[in-house]
This record gives sequence, structure tokens and C-alpha cells, in this order.
Amino acid sequence: MSDAQSRFHVPTPPFRPGDAPDFSYLNLPKAGTAKRPDALASWRETSDLAVGLVGVLDHNHQAVGDWDPRLSPEILREGLSHMVLTRIYDERMLKLQRQGKMSFYMKSTGEEAVSVAGAMAMRPTDMAFPSYRQQGLLFARGRDIVDMMCHCISNSRDNLKGRQLPVHYAWAEGHVFTISGNLGTQFPQAVGYAMACAYKGEDRIAASWIGDGTTAEGDFHGALTLASTYRAPVILNVVNNQWAISSHQNIALGDAPTFAAKGLGYGVASLRVDGNDFLAIYAATQWAAERARKGGGATLIELFTYRADAHSTSDDPSKYRPKGEFDSWPLGDPIERLKQHLIGKGEWDEARHEKLEETMTALVVKSYKEAESHGTLHDGPLAPTESIFEDVYARPDWRLRRQRQDLGI
Amino acid sequence: MPAMNIIQALNSAMDVLLDADPDVVIFGEDAGYFGGVFKATDGLQAKYGLDRVFDAPINEAAIAAIAAMAVGMAARGLKPIAEIQFADYIFPAIDQIVSEMSRIRYRSAGQFTSGCVVRSPWGGGIRGGQTHSMSPEAFFTHVPGLQVVVPSNPYDAKGLLIASIESGDPVIFFEPKRIYNGPFDGVPDKPLSSWARHPKGEVPEERYTVELGKAEIVRPGEACTVIAYGTLVHVAEAAAEHAGIDAEIIDLKTLVPYDIETIAASVNKTGRVVVAQEAPRTSGFAAELAAQIQEECFYALEAPVFRLTGWDTPYPHAHEWAYFPTRDRFIRALKTVTEA
Ligand SMILES: Cc1ncc(C[n+]2csc(CCOP(=O)(O)OP(=O)(O)O)c2C)c(N)n1
Ligand SMILES: [Mg+2]
Repeated sequence: MSDAQSRFHVPTPPFRPGDAPDFSYLNLPKAGTAKRPDALASWRETSDLAVGLVGVLDHNHQAVGDWDPRLSPEILREGLSHMVLTRIYDERMLKLQRQGKMSFYMKSTGEEAVSVAGAMAMRPTDMAFPSYRQQGLLFARGRDIVDMMCHCISNSRDNLKGRQLPVHYAWAEGHVFTISGNLGTQFPQAVGYAMACAYKGEDRIAASWIGDGTTAEGDFHGALTLASTYRAPVILNVVNNQWAISSHQNIALGDAPTFAAKGLGYGVASLRVDGNDFLAIYAATQWAAERARKGGGATLIELFTYRADAHSTSDDPSKYRPKGEFDSWPLGDPIERLKQHLIGKGEWDEARHEKLEETMTALVVKSYKEAESHGTLHDGPLAPTESIFEDVYARPDWRLRRQRQDLGI
Repeated sequence: MPAMNIIQALNSAMDVLLDADPDVVIFGEDAGYFGGVFKATDGLQAKYGLDRVFDAPINEAAIAAIAAMAVGMAARGLKPIAEIQFADYIFPAIDQIVSEMSRIRYRSAGQFTSGCVVRSPWGGGIRGGQTHSMSPEAFFTHVPGLQVVVPSNPYDAKGLLIASIESGDPVIFFEPKRIYNGPFDGVPDKPLSSWARHPKGEVPEERYTVELGKAEIVRPGEACTVIAYGTLVHVAEAAAEHAGIDAEIIDLKTLVPYDIETIAASVNKTGRVVVAQEAPRTSGFAAELAAQIQEECFYALEAPVFRLTGWDTPYPHAHEWAYFPTRDRFIRALKTVTEA
């Protein structure tokens, strides 16, 4: 090795436009093979899980192995229904954005199981610190669709008074924190919230979601450090959808084996989970929630999934990844997989599924009509103009009062 | 000379720099293969290779990533140009920029330097909401050791960027994204005009510089002086034109070091001043200009210096145009100082 020599290294993604994607190199462990430790086990017992894959639904859509959460058909159908709604809602909102009804939109297509199963496996009073791609969480928590739409079209009924870009929801009543455009900030915030719950002797916990790319931010590492130090009752989710706008996950991952593996170095229990498997996400979240509630501290969960559509309405993914990459994704489509599982159990069928899609489409269409009756960004009515001076402080000082006069309102 | 928009002019500047000097490297989130979310680095990776133009992890802060990586690289003799995807996302890097990048030369008594450029799309007017609209220049003008540049047109964008990397000291280079594709006269929702029809839209292909620290009088006049930078230069011109006020408009271009000679000469002539910024009012850069003018030109002033600014609120999304210093607000400002 005498001619060994350091060379400047920049990773490249496995496939770029024009390549035929082949994901066989991923070598994903089979569903049902992962062992399920006790929820209060040492983080060391999660070492294999952090580099493996917790999966429940096998290739025949049967639930297998230790992690099967054994959910009732009612719960499964509820999850399916939230996921179908999320997908239809996203489709519709994208179309409306294209028609100029809102300034911007971000879909969660292909990742619906992440937020829906995660939310359903927690208590509705547990605090959620999502990113901009967990709209399914709001549906699972029962957020009114008209209210969600009114926010996205920034109209007079927008509960955020038109101050935020679309999809940056906030819903205190539903225990959903205000979503930031600044990546990663919510991760340590969730740790702090969880510490406060422990401080107050409550059995509530907190959970947060960030993307694969965002793990490169200091806030990811700060959150894990503090969560470990204070044994915070928190679930820290990394949604690895393979892409951060145009950057492949390997730009943030480096030579680490998985994002979950990064948690081990902090002494935090860490799981990598099939992010398109409703049952596996549910089970892993349940495990982490129990661990948190019983004093075992934090869990880092990497949800291995795929961003099936564009990053947002501002980019064209065919410029940086092969078209149809999602069709080759080895973990399939989360909605299709849960649907087939229910059908296999005799608890669902194609006709009911079609009916569900129709019902949800009708709901979304009807809700949008109602939302639009409260105005749209371009045609108004919006929140009153003077409201831009509200909420900067509890009470506006002389500067804001004077500036409001200067604006002539 | 080819017509270019600001993005093309920046791309051309980086092309020239990469071509001339193997020590120039360019990186940022999505800046490599994709060419940046605004396409400023489009085609450069394909032309110069993966090790000259590359994607960075989403970490504006740490040594391993953008701003700080620029410090480490500059210490080893490279000339890095780092892109922060939006100026609103520069804050994770503030420690590296403020405590490190700005002071490397000073604290090592000149043994080490940190010459680099941090480029970042800046300013509002694109319905970007509070995290894609900010104008955080004042945070950086307050830091000794940093130079701060804001071009207002394609010609200057290219010349200032080349001058910045050649200056040998760190430069925070803010790009008014509202006018990337054409000048904006501050009338919301009017169709965009093109740089092709603007004299500063003509950009030489080759290397040239526009001197740092030099302002330019873009409209000579007698009635009052307007000092602006970035997008608001064009709004000021439109306002003077529309209201028929003979304002002398100064495009500042470099905020640190700012061109006090050009400013003082104009103010001593007109005695009336509007200083404009899109950022919130309190402790903004306009306050620095107003204070300096007051010290230098007090006896020439015929009216109080007028600060035209954004409000002391976060940048609103739906009510963007109630926040932005539009042409109408500019006209009111011009009338206030000229009628006082
Ligand atoms: C601090 C900060 N830096 C940069 C950005 C710009 N930006 C928005 S989303 C994004 C990619 C995020 O990718 P990932 O974390 O994987 O989440 P995903 O979008 O895939 O859900 C970037 C770079 C930002 N919003 N905040
Ligand atoms: Mg991602």
C-alpha cells in the first residue's frame, strides 16, 4: 500500500437521470427477522436493529415476526383511511397550486405511513414537532381539513393569519408545534419539551421528525446529545426518503452504515424501520413510546422510505434522478401494502377500497369549496392587513404602533 | 456583448474564476450536480468536475460544511465560494462567520487568512414567506473583518463577485433574488421586465472587476439623495420617475466598506436624504448610513434623514406587499423629504 494517497472525495448517488435504477445493492433484511428487545433494554441491545431493518409485512403482505403489533382490523382500516386521505389531499393541493390558488406546496407521496402510523401509535396528547412533510399526522390527529386548506391558501380563516408558507401548519389544540422552514430546529426543541414533561412529572412524551438531509445540521447532533444526557422521553424520527432536494442521502450519511447507527454513538436506542410498512412503524413507535414513558429515555428511529414525488412545487426531480425510480423501490408503496394486508386477512376488498377513495376525494373537493369561500391568497379576503403587527410581542411597543400608522391602517 | 440576467452573470463570473485558477472551488446545498436551486452554478460541475463544484451536506455551520469549510479551505490556500441556499438559512453558520471567518487574519496577526465568498440569495418580493425573504445584511455589517456586497444588476453581479474572491478577505455576497430575472419597479404583480432591455444587462464574457467599496450614481439629480442597494435601487428609480422628483439615486453596491465620499458629496449638494432598506427598521443598515450622514453633512441637511424600511415584524407571507417598501411608499418618502 505504499502508493496509498488521500484524494479529495465527494460521494455520488447510485443513479442519475438516464440510469436504470437497481436497488438490489441495498441488501435489506427480510421482514420478521429482527428481534424485539424489551422496551427498557439497554441501547446496546438495539445495535443490530440500527443497522438492520425492522419489518413486519413480508412480500406476501402477511404480518410476521416479533414486531407484529397485532392491531385490530379497525385500527388497520383507520390507518389506511388516513393514508388514502393524505395522498388524495396532496394530489388535490398540488393541482390547486398549479392553478395559482397557493404560493407553494409540498407533498408527502410515498411516505404516508411514516406520519400516520407514527401519530396513531402515540397518544393524541403527546407533543409532535413535525417537519413540513408529515401532513398525515394532522389527519391522524383529527385536524379539520377545511382549516388545513385555509392555511394553505392563506385566506381569512387561516389560523396562522397568512404569516407562514403553505404546509407550515401549527395546531396547539392538537399538540402539533408550529412548523419551521429552518431545517432541524425542531429536533432539540422536542428534546426540551420532553424534558419539561419529565420535569413536571407528566407521562406525556414528545416526538419529532426530520429528513435524511437535515441530519447533517448541528441540531440533529445537539438533540441526540441532550436527549442522552437528560434521558429525555422523546422519539426522534429521521425520515430517510433517499433525497434532500437534489442531494442523495449519501451526502448526509457519509460512510456511516445507516442514519440510525449514528444514534448509537450517543448512547441512544436506535432502530431502522421499513418506512413503507404501516405495521412496522406502528410497532417501533409503540416500543419507543413505552420506553420513553417508563423512563428509558430517547429512541432514534430511521424510517427507510422513498420520496415518490418532487421535493416541492419549486423543483423538477427528473433533472437529478431517474424517472420512475419509485417503481423500482424495493419497499413498495405503503398504501398498497397495507391494503393488500387487509385484503389477505379478509378484512378489506377492492370495492371497499374504491369506495374509500371516492369518499375521500369527495371530502377533499367539498372541503376545498368551503375553504375557498373564506378567500384565497390572490383574491382575498386575507387576514386584516394590520394583523402583520400583531404577535411580534404580547403587546406592540411604540415602534410597531407608529409603523402601523405609517402604513396607513 | 451578450445580455445576461443576474443568475447568468454570476454563473459566468464563477466560470471565469474556475477556469483561471485551480484554487477556486464552489460548493453548497444542491449547488453541484443540480446547479443550485436558483441555477447559479448550473453546468459548472459538468464542466470542471466533481472536485471543483460539489454538493455539501445541509450544515451551514460546522467545519465539515459550507461556511466553516470555507475557512478551513482558505487557510490551506483555496479560494472557496460557498453558497448558502437562502440568506434566511445563514444563521446556523453565524458562529463560524462571526467568531472565526471574520477574525482569522486579525487574531493570527496576518499569518493565516480566510479569503472566501459566501453567496446567498437575499431579500423578498417572491412570496417566500418568513424563511425565504429575509435581508440579514445588518448582522454582518456589524462584524469587523467582513466585507458585505449587494449587487443590483447583472454587470455588477459578475464584476463584484470576481472582485470579492480576489480581495483576499471574506465577503458576504447577498444576491437580490427578486431581480435575478429582471429589474423590479416595486409595483406588485406587474409582469416582469427583462434584463435584456437594461444597459446593465449587457455582460462581457471575459473577466473584469467592479471595485469593492465604490458606489455609483445611477440617476443624477438635485432635489434629494436616495441611497439604496439591491432590489430597492430599481424601486427608487421607478418612484423618482413616476413622481417626477429629481432625485439623485446612489446604488451603494458595497455596504462594508461603504463609499462615504460619494454619499457625502451628494448629500452636501441636495441637503435631503432617503436611505432605504428592505430589512426591519430597528438597527438596520439604514441607521448606520443616517448616523454617518448626520456626522459628515449635518450643516448641509435641510430635512431629517428619512429611513424607508421594512417593518419591525418577521416577513409576512400573505401580506408581503404591505411589508415591502413599494414604489408608492417610496414616492411618499421622496415627497416627505423634498417638501419638508
Ligand atoms: C437551515 C436550512 N438550510 C437549508 C434549507 C433549504 N432546504 C429546504 S428543504 C431542504 C432539503 C431537506 O431534505 P431532507 O432533510 O432530506 O428532508 P425532505 O425534504 O427529504 O423531507 C433544503 C436544503 C432550509 N430550509 N433550512
Ligand atoms: Mg429527504
